[in-house]
Amino acid sequence: MSTSSVAAPAPQPIGRPVWRRLLGFNLLTAVLLGVGGYYLGWWIGHLINGPSFEYETATDENDVALLLAYTFGVIGFLIGLGFANYPISRLLGRPASLREKESEGIGRYFGLCTDHKVVGMQYMVGIGVFFFVGGLNAMLIRAELLKPVPTFVGPNQYLSLVGMHGTMMMGMMTSGVLGPFANYFVPLMIGARRMAFPRIESLTFWLLMAAGFILVSTIFFGGFPTGWTGYEPLNDQAVMGMDSYIVFFALVGISMALLGLNMMGTIITMRAPGMTWSRLPIFVWSVFATAILMVLAAPMLVATLLMAALDRTIDTSFFVAGGGGSSYLFENLFWFFGHPEVYILALPGFGIILELIPVFTRKPLWGYKLAVSGMLGVSLMSFFVWQHHLFVSGINADLRPFYMLSTEIISVPTGFIFLCVMGTLWKARMTFAVPMLFCLAWVFNFLIGGLSGVVLSDVPTDTGLHGSFFVMAHFHYTIMGGLIFGFFAAIYYWVPKMTGLRFNEMLAKWHFWLMFIAFNSTFLPLFVLGLKGMPRRVSTYEPALQGLNDWVSISAFVLGISMLIFIFNVVYSLIFVRKPAEANPWRSKSIEWQLPTPIPVNNFEQIPVFDSDPYDYGTPLQIDGGGSGQPATAGA
Amino acid sequence: MSLFAKKLLGVSVATALLGALIGLYVAAWATSQPPTISASTAPASSGGNRLTLMTVAAIGPKYSPTHPDWVSYLVRQNGKWIHSTNFSVPAESVIHVTIDQYDSPTGLRNAFLSQVQGTIGGTMSVDGKTVTSIPPEETSHTWVVPQLGIFIPLPGVPEEAKNACEFAPCEGAAHRTVEFSFYSGKKGRYRWQCFVPCAAGFWNGLGGPMQTVGYMDGFLNVV
Amino acid sequence: MSSSQAARPGEVPPEPNHTFRFAVLWLVTTVIALPLVIFLIGPLIGPGNGSAQSSGQGTDFTVLAVLATPVLTLVVFYLLYAVVFFRQPQGGTLEGPAVRGHARVQTTWIIITSLMVLAVAVFGTARLEADNGSGSGSGPNPLTVPSGPKLPVQVIAQQWLFTYRYPTYGGVETTELVLPNNQMVEVHVTSLDVVHSFWAYKLGVKADANPGVDNVAFVKPTKLESFTVRCAELCGVWHGYMYNTGRVVTPAAFATWIHEQQTRLAPATKVLPKYSTTYLPEPKKRAEPE
Repeated sequence: MSTSSVAAPAPQPIGRPVWRRLLGFNLLTAVLLGVGGYYLGWWIGHLINGPSFEYETATDENDVALLLAYTFGVIGFLIGLGFANYPISRLLGRPASLREKESEGIGRYFGLCTDHKVVGMQYMVGIGVFFFVGGLNAMLIRAELLKPVPTFVGPNQYLSLVGMHGTMMMGMMTSGVLGPFANYFVPLMIGARRMAFPRIESLTFWLLMAAGFILVSTIFFGGFPTGWTGYEPLNDQAVMGMDSYIVFFALVGISMALLGLNMMGTIITMRAPGMTWSRLPIFVWSVFATAILMVLAAPMLVATLLMAALDRTIDTSFFVAGGGGSSYLFENLFWFFGHPEVYILALPGFGIILELIPVFTRKPLWGYKLAVSGMLGVSLMSFFVWQHHLFVSGINADLRPFYMLSTEIISVPTGFIFLCVMGTLWKARMTFAVPMLFCLAWVFNFLIGGLSGVVLSDVPTDTGLHGSFFVMAHFHYTIMGGLIFGFFAAIYYWVPKMTGLRFNEMLAKWHFWLMFIAFNSTFLPLFVLGLKGMPRRVSTYEPALQGLNDWVSISAFVLGISMLIFIFNVVYSLIFVRKPAEANPWRSKSIEWQLPTPIPVNNFEQIPVFDSDPYDYGTPLQIDGGGSGQPATAGA
Repeated sequence: MSLFAKKLLGVSVATALLGALIGLYVAAWATSQPPTISASTAPASSGGNRLTLMTVAAIGPKYSPTHPDWVSYLVRQNGKWIHSTNFSVPAESVIHVTIDQYDSPTGLRNAFLSQVQGTIGGTMSVDGKTVTSIPPEETSHTWVVPQLGIFIPLPGVPEEAKNACEFAPCEGAAHRTVEFSFYSGKKGRYRWQCFVPCAAGFWNGLGGPMQTVGYMDGFLNVV
Repeated sequence: MSSSQAARPGEVPPEPNHTFRFAVLWLVTTVIALPLVIFLIGPLIGPGNGSAQSSGQGTDFTVLAVLATPVLTLVVFYLLYAVVFFRQPQGGTLEGPAVRGHARVQTTWIIITSLMVLAVAVFGTARLEADNGSGSGSGPNPLTVPSGPKLPVQVIAQQWLFTYRYPTYGGVETTELVLPNNQMVEVHVTSLDVVHSFWAYKLGVKADANPGVDNVAFVKPTKLESFTVRCAELCGVWHGYMYNTGRVVTPAAFATWIHEQQTRLAPATKVLPKYSTTYLPEPKKRAEPE
């Protein structure tokens, strides 16, 4: 694989009139073509969905038209961004070019760009926006739950808010770490100049953005009542807003599968000389483990949603009991994707924590191989546990001991991660910079999440907890406490490298402490509410539980305020103050910190040669173990 | 402040404004609900606390431009029909309900709901005749408040009726009149719904209007 | 390798025996915590003593909490210990020891966690089978069926109401779930439309209601009390409102009650379909458009 034939970045002609610059393949064209495609699909849908489909014409709901409209809209959007140009030029026999649109300037952030660092920044901002949209939904949900009777949110809208919050977070945040940080840092860490498939890399981002807008557009079509799980046959009954969910998740699935494929391709084929598998930074390993899950699990989701879309439009009966289908089929297919999905969310968190802790403890990563096997073990095991979501459903009841065992076994490789963290902390020289604070909080949060998971994996105790707030608290501890804390650790750790600017330390500390305390204050009482028998996804509950619910709601608002502090810090530090960051503020030995800021388009003038892993910290002792002990030679 | 920062600031302010507008729209969407109609505003001549309701096969463009062909309830206030399913009734009192039923029968999925329950005397009157139950397959809609134990099946207008009403307003068309009284009891916010799979065009007739407040679902506020 | 290891060796105080100190800390906290978990927290978690199954679940909760306690204290107090003792001096640039692993610790950890996991799984399986499914929906043909006489009760879920049918009492259907005390009840859960879940919290019963499926759970009420039945699976707009009450009464009171219902609900019972484990009402396509 040649890395030297890089097209020189074409300088942007300055002084062209604005109208001339607006012509061409850019975001404006993309939006226009997207809207055009939407109405084209809508028109075709109404054309073909004629009187032969009696179910559809009896009402103003036309699922065929909306599904086609979304599909054509997305295709138009991607063509407008220029994703068709390269395939067409190849079809016309033009020579292959390696990369495109790698100009300087802010414009490259608003279009197809094949520079993995630009895509990383695009992901960071794009996902951040949708993360806050999802968070605002949660604020509305908690505001409604201040009182045990329905107050200001209508019951239909309440379920739509719950669904949008869950779907947005589960869909968008799957790429929450892989999108910004893996795209940005994996090529740097393995000594590559680009990703294996740079255009696909950009495609995954723009697919995700299109998906996000489609999901929020559900409120124009009546919302959807199913939550993020989209269980059939409720899915089949729902109004057109359900189609937004289906298209959203299908696009996310495609984006995830492509992202995973790209990461696997890059990590397998594009490592620099000397970057052996046993020297791979642990973050890259976690990305690799996640990528395996993405490639294997996401297509299942897309197929399931296609079946659901067929059930909704042309009255197939994959999931309808009366027609030979089964509601169990959807549950099985969905969770066969859905359980790996939650590890897709958790694994990058593991990677970030293990990558950062050695830097702040000034020690090598303790138990590197154990950590790798832990992550690969979680990755593999996560395909064998999905039926624990169906413990009380009555399907395969005799197999429950197996799923109980497999679910509990998955805590063994997860335990490896804890051991590695604890081993690295042993006799460490810890400094408590903000990224380290988030890492330490992760240990506590994921511990609570993991232990509550054991209670849920046990059928007798799960009987009382399934479908209750306990489950909700559990997965918020693992996903928010695991992934989002890792996500913020990564932001505070790496953004100074990505932007060359430093965050305000005091605001960052306020953000951390408020977030950590409010997070625990929000979700610990939810365990109690679940144990007291409060089901999930309800807007009314027993009046006796109002006190705890109010406590949770107020804590949730404080959690929201901590996020506002973060936004304020971003605006204040990165836009107004713009204090340049030190070249290597954390004294990290990882290669990305040895590169100049900003990192040049091609990353390395010469491809680096590695002769150790990046955890070369610490005073060698005569205790057993010990790595190569030689300094890493960074390229550049 | 550099030019770049100024540009970025401008974009941020524009984004914040746009975000605020979107936020207002979402808030308006999330909180939009049909108005609440009080039973105590009924004229004294009608016997005090009275709810007068109507069920129609399609709500029609006059009342719902977005879903004109959805099946729906309407309620009368001051002689006018209003498209709402949220009612309020006084606590600890007898409430009289009249339902003019203009829709054709669909049939119940659970025949158990064809028996009248929870009314005073355990009966209701259909076109002046007192009954305790109706044939399940002749049911067109139900008016059920599960938490108050009120179960009212509504018989449909026979398919062969001459001047069947296509969409609201339906006054004057063929209909059945159901009357009953119930004791409202404790204060609270209860939901009520229809149990007949009457939503044409949705799987098993159970989607759309069957799951939307303002059509076949609503709140009964006992205040 | 810029800074650190040369930094002022004289100023670093001799390291105390951290292994011993932490082991003592962990043992002491665990020994203090365990009785609290067993006697104070244990009885509070779990759904109470409404039935044999919910009491069983309470025991299981306590056992799992006891197993989790040492893990919790280990990690939490390790974290605290590390934060207090393993820190960089103010403004220092010291490096930690370059230890990259410890084979014995790793092996021990793997063995202990695996054994704990196996123990939990074996315990869970044994309790599940011994308690006849522990109140969980166990499918149409449960593996373990309790011996002795059982009162069959059918739970019919539909959007958005639970109704209950007593096949041994002429198939009468009611809106209230009344059960005789100290009687093994065979709950058959089914749905007429979407997926619901029958959850009687105080009785420790939860079973999903799937259309076309007969999901059986066993429960033996042991306490005269009223309880709430809720839906535990998102089923549409009134999911949160899909609850009603039930009562556990003496067998004599149950006999009186069921006969009252048979009389009162005779008109409805007459038109009900024959009792069956599942019902699949034909999908209605009404008013086909011209």
